[in-house]
Amino acid sequence: MADKPPTTEQPDQPRIGVDSWVASSDERIEGIRGARGVALGAFEHTPPPFRLAAFVALAATLPLFLSSGNLFRYGFFTLVYIMLGLGLNVVVGFAGLLDLGYVAFYGIGAYTYAILSSDLHGIHWPAEVTIPIAIIVSAVLGLTLGLSSRRLLGDYLAIVTLFFGQAFVTFANNANPKGLTGGANGIGNIDNISIFGYTLTTTKQYYYFILGGFVVVFAALWSLVRSRIGRSWMALREDPLAAQLMSIPVNRLKLLAFMFGAGIAGLTGAIVAPALTGVAPGNFDTSILITIYAVVILGGAGSLMGVVIGAIVINVSYELLTPATPDRARWLFYGILILAMLWKVRPWPKLITLVVTTVALGYGIHAIATATSDTATSGAVNTGGFLTGAIHSYVVIPKNPGRLPDYGYVLLIAMILVLTTVKGWWRVALLAPTLYLAAFVWENLLIQQPSVTRLILFGALLVALMNIRPQGLLGTARVEIV
Amino acid sequence: MSSTHILELQKVSMDFGGLQVISDLDLHVEEGEIVSVIGPNGAGKTTLFNLVTGVYRPVSGDILLDGESLVGLPPHKIAKRGVARTFQTLRLFLNMTVKENVEVPTWAHTKSGVFSSIFRTPRMRREEREIEKLAEEKLAFFGQRLMGYRWNQPAYSLSYANRRRLEIARATALLPRILLLDEPAAGMNPAETHEITELIGKLRDEGGYTILVIEHDMHVVEGISNRVVALDHGVKIAEGSFDAVATDPRVVEAYLGVSGTTTK
Repeated sequence: MADKPPTTEQPDQPRIGVDSWVASSDERIEGIRGARGVALGAFEHTPPPFRLAAFVALAATLPLFLSSGNLFRYGFFTLVYIMLGLGLNVVVGFAGLLDLGYVAFYGIGAYTYAILSSDLHGIHWPAEVTIPIAIIVSAVLGLTLGLSSRRLLGDYLAIVTLFFGQAFVTFANNANPKGLTGGANGIGNIDNISIFGYTLTTTKQYYYFILGGFVVVFAALWSLVRSRIGRSWMALREDPLAAQLMSIPVNRLKLLAFMFGAGIAGLTGAIVAPALTGVAPGNFDTSILITIYAVVILGGAGSLMGVVIGAIVINVSYELLTPATPDRARWLFYGILILAMLWKVRPWPKLITLVVTTVALGYGIHAIATATSDTATSGAVNTGGFLTGAIHSYVVIPKNPGRLPDYGYVLLIAMILVLTTVKGWWRVALLAPTLYLAAFVWENLLIQQPSVTRLILFGALLVALMNIRPQGLLGTARVEIV
Repeated sequence: MSSTHILELQKVSMDFGGLQVISDLDLHVEEGEIVSVIGPNGAGKTTLFNLVTGVYRPVSGDILLDGESLVGLPPHKIAKRGVARTFQTLRLFLNMTVKENVEVPTWAHTKSGVFSSIFRTPRMRREEREIEKLAEEKLAFFGQRLMGYRWNQPAYSLSYANRRRLEIARATALLPRILLLDEPAAGMNPAETHEITELIGKLRDEGGYTILVIEHDMHVVEGISNRVVALDHGVKIAEGSFDAVATDPRVVEAYLGVSGTTTK
């Protein structure tokens, strides 16, 4: 049926009426040289099932070199965020429905498992029964939420679903301690997952179990988004009216998306509840929702692989910044500063000037401070690590800093704002004192309050990443009508 | 009622809060013909399309497709029965590829559900291959314009004229009984307008489509129409061949206003 181009033309040549620059796009993509080109080519030429298999093989080796605690925090919870992100991606990334009540379904799955397998109500059903029930309960409640809000779009849908999420937390919180959800204390002593007589007890077993769950969910979604249903979800996201006039039953597909998202969240909750051995209303509040959204947005809404990478980046960086180990946060802080400097400051003369100026400025200020006051540099470096010596002789750490670090922090923010508006050598000139001030504020203020610092750094990381790639790491560029 | 009437409007009226947009409109389209709807802005042409496709529900009157009433059906069911349309202001799925855009309306005549999609059953995969083949066929109708590498480009990368072509291709992938084209030549240059005129003729002659088209460009209307219907203030003021309608004094008056006695 296809119109053949006239045979007199060379098949390799761009055809008449076709932009040759656009026509050669494939060759130009193949022309990417170096490691990036090799990696891209290898990725492109691997069939999708093998890509998944490669990821799983890699993930399966994690327990070999991570301790039980680290496996739980880095391995298990990364997979939890991947699963939650995949579910949210169906609703937000594919169907384009801004669902802010998503985290409630995670909670509903967890609570359903907990109610049916704990001492609270004396019910101890096996997991092969409770996990499907948790999925079904979540999916049905997702359907209910979808039904009641099927006429709403955008901001309006967001408000209604946000209310639903809050209502769930309030409901779980206000029950009688012996009531359905155990009230503010939640439900403790949840049974381990016991499936067909085999009981999971160790972190390693839970890790492999959720890895299996991830494979099932990922493969199912991969197939689904490459079917008429996935295409229709995308059409619904792009233009609901046009989709409906092209015979797509819009309401049914919205409800289906809500159900799928809720079901996946419910499954995740039912695995997390026994792994944590307890559930409480606070485990399912808005902060988790924001983290899941960060996973989807960072990875690229509408991309399954993107969600996986987004979850790894977010969970691993979040756990690295844990308050228990501030020296890791310090590594991350200085590492990112130095890498960003090496990557972004060009040409070379500027970079060299910047490095020399920053180092000289630091030692200069340190020398002046030491000369003028006995106590100005005699404060102790917070926590150890082998950077201690270098920091002690570079950064001014007063014994009694008083409000100085607070003022420094405000000044730092002001200087960063000014930095974004100046260009050229002025920027280099201003960057050196800013970097030094950042180190000063970090050592005197931020590192002493790790739980707050964690959030500040996490936010800064997200802002920086989203500025570099607004569409997310693996998302495709989205355009509005132009 | 003649059995060759694919689309028939019987005394259809529509108002928006007291503003009469369409009043007692009778219209029919026969198999294999192109009927053009003309009229000044605000005459109710696009409202007519919105009534037929189910976006609005008429206040009174009946709309029949192959003798069966469409009134009260939701838009997707009307589309499934075979009414496909394009939009005056383009409404493509811009972030989907060209091919995906054309694959979306095949929903109307495919069946795979959630489970067969997840497990990729042989039937589902066969259906997907058929969908792809159909989409390629529909795109091939436009010559080289929407072929080759463009299949996998996002729709937003297309030029304006190609977006109009893609909208028509998308509508034909519904395998419709009747195709409603809303100003297919709007915003096109003379060469492209000429091309789209030929294309609409080709859709009828080679594709076998029955077409109801809204158009302002009289060269296009003259080139393609079997019949022309002129609307003004929601009332049909003339109907017939292009020459008859174009010279009808009421049509001239609707477009140009009353010129007193000087033209007499």
